Amino acid sequence: MLIITCPNCGSRPVEEFRFGGEIPQPPESITDPFERDLDQVWMFTNVAGVQTERWFHDAGCHRWLTATRDTSIDRFVD
Amino acid sequence: MNEFVETLLELTWHEPKSSYDVVIIGGGGHGLATAYYLATQHGITNVAVLEADYIGSGNSGRNTTIIRANYGIPESIRFYQHSLDLYSTLEQETGCWIMHATKGLLWLAHTESAMRNERARAMLNTACGAETVLVDPTEIKALVPQLDLSGGGRYPVLGASYHIPASTARHDRVVWAYAQGAMQRGVHVLQNTPVTGLIRDGDRVVGVRTATGDISAGVVMSAVGGNVSQIAAHAGVRLPVRTHPLQAFVTNGYAQGFGPIISDTELLCYISQTARGQMLIGHEYDRETSYSLQSSFQFLQANAIKMSYLLPFVRDLKILRQWTGRCDVSADFSPIMGFTDVDGFVITTGWGTWGFKAIPAGGEAMAELIATGRTPELIEPFALSRFAADHAMADQGSTGTR
Repeated sequence: MLIITCPNCGSRPVEEFRFGGEIPQPPESITDPFERDLDQVWMFTNVAGVQTERWFHDAGCHRWLTATRDTSIDRFVD
Repeated sequence: MNEFVETLLELTWHEPKSSYDVVIIGGGGHGLATAYYLATQHGITNVAVLEADYIGSGNSGRNTTIIRANYGIPESIRFYQHSLDLYSTLEQETGCWIMHATKGLLWLAHTESAMRNERARAMLNTACGAETVLVDPTEIKALVPQLDLSGGGRYPVLGASYHIPASTARHDRVVWAYAQGAMQRGVHVLQNTPVTGLIRDGDRVVGVRTATGDISAGVVMSAVGGNVSQIAAHAGVRLPVRTHPLQAFVTNGYAQGFGPIISDTELLCYISQTARGQMLIGHEYDRETSYSLQSSFQFLQANAIKMSYLLPFVRDLKILRQWTGRCDVSADFSPIMGFTDVDGFVITTGWGTWGFKAIPAGGEAMAELIATGRTPELIEPFALSRFAADHAMADQGSTGTR
């Protein structure tokens, strides 16, 4: 994974971006509000597969973007 | 396992049974050490260790073999100091040569704020029993004559904290020593046996599913590196863990001796010499999470530049090999050991960039936890429940985590 497609700047090298991590998604099965907050703050799905995540274009437009990436092979997917 | 290696060891392979008292998922250092201490200290030998590939094929065979205890919070220092003590007597205890060598570790500082950190680290470590002193550039030069104190004019060395008992050991031999000790006492180690699921009975975990059949167990322990979130998900347990790649490389042999281990939290890299004379260089983990084991050129380039500022002689060396491991980094950078909300399922994870040095203490504590059903005092602060109790053990006590 070397290139990230930024919606504002186009295809740019990965060094220009800061990784923002997976978007927290507490599972539906957790219903208790306290447990949902706990999961939102601390827990990660950490999937070995397609992950929806945030990137910040630090050396470019200075905006956040959402991308989907297959973490098992470290490649972006459409 | 490699046939040559098998001739060095006294390993007895067994056919899997359908039921064990304890099933440990993951045949790396932590899994095998737990099995070893269950057998030696608690007399529990009806144990199976399930390994997806061959023993030590995961992070136990990919780390940079440094053993030290100079952490940033008292609970961690106490835990790692105990591990360091166990390592220093491991050869006598197991009768296996693990190539243990005490080298000392220098944490360099290039700025006044870093000097303040190292001063604080030396004081806290000494107070908690891990011998660490502050040293000035003259003393550093005496320890490592090869070091350029001006840092190539870019990273001047103002001082360092010197952690005297830091050491290294051969990682494969540590794994083999524990495997041999455990197997001689009747523990079954099953290689090429990936776990595909967990068997549940109501809220309890009562066994594991493998490609060759189900195995029931009184207690299932996950000592998995890399895929721990997937194993825990089978039990319905969510973990505060992200998996990052961590890279390292070795050069060809450097004929002169190179004394201590040098670590640099400002340049985020560290270097030591292996028993074969190769210079072993490591770095912070990759910023994005990934399970890919691909190595990158960016990593090589960045590290080669930084290291040649500090140690000009590395410019004349050639890079022989580079490799990548998967780091389970917890949300507060401290390990997670102990019970989960699910009965019959215990876990040791979050070993991020500091798992190898914790193998003896982690294994011993987890064995006591399984045998007695109580959490040993040494690992109480590292329970998974600390996150719900708002008691994070924040400690970025490694070169890789700044």
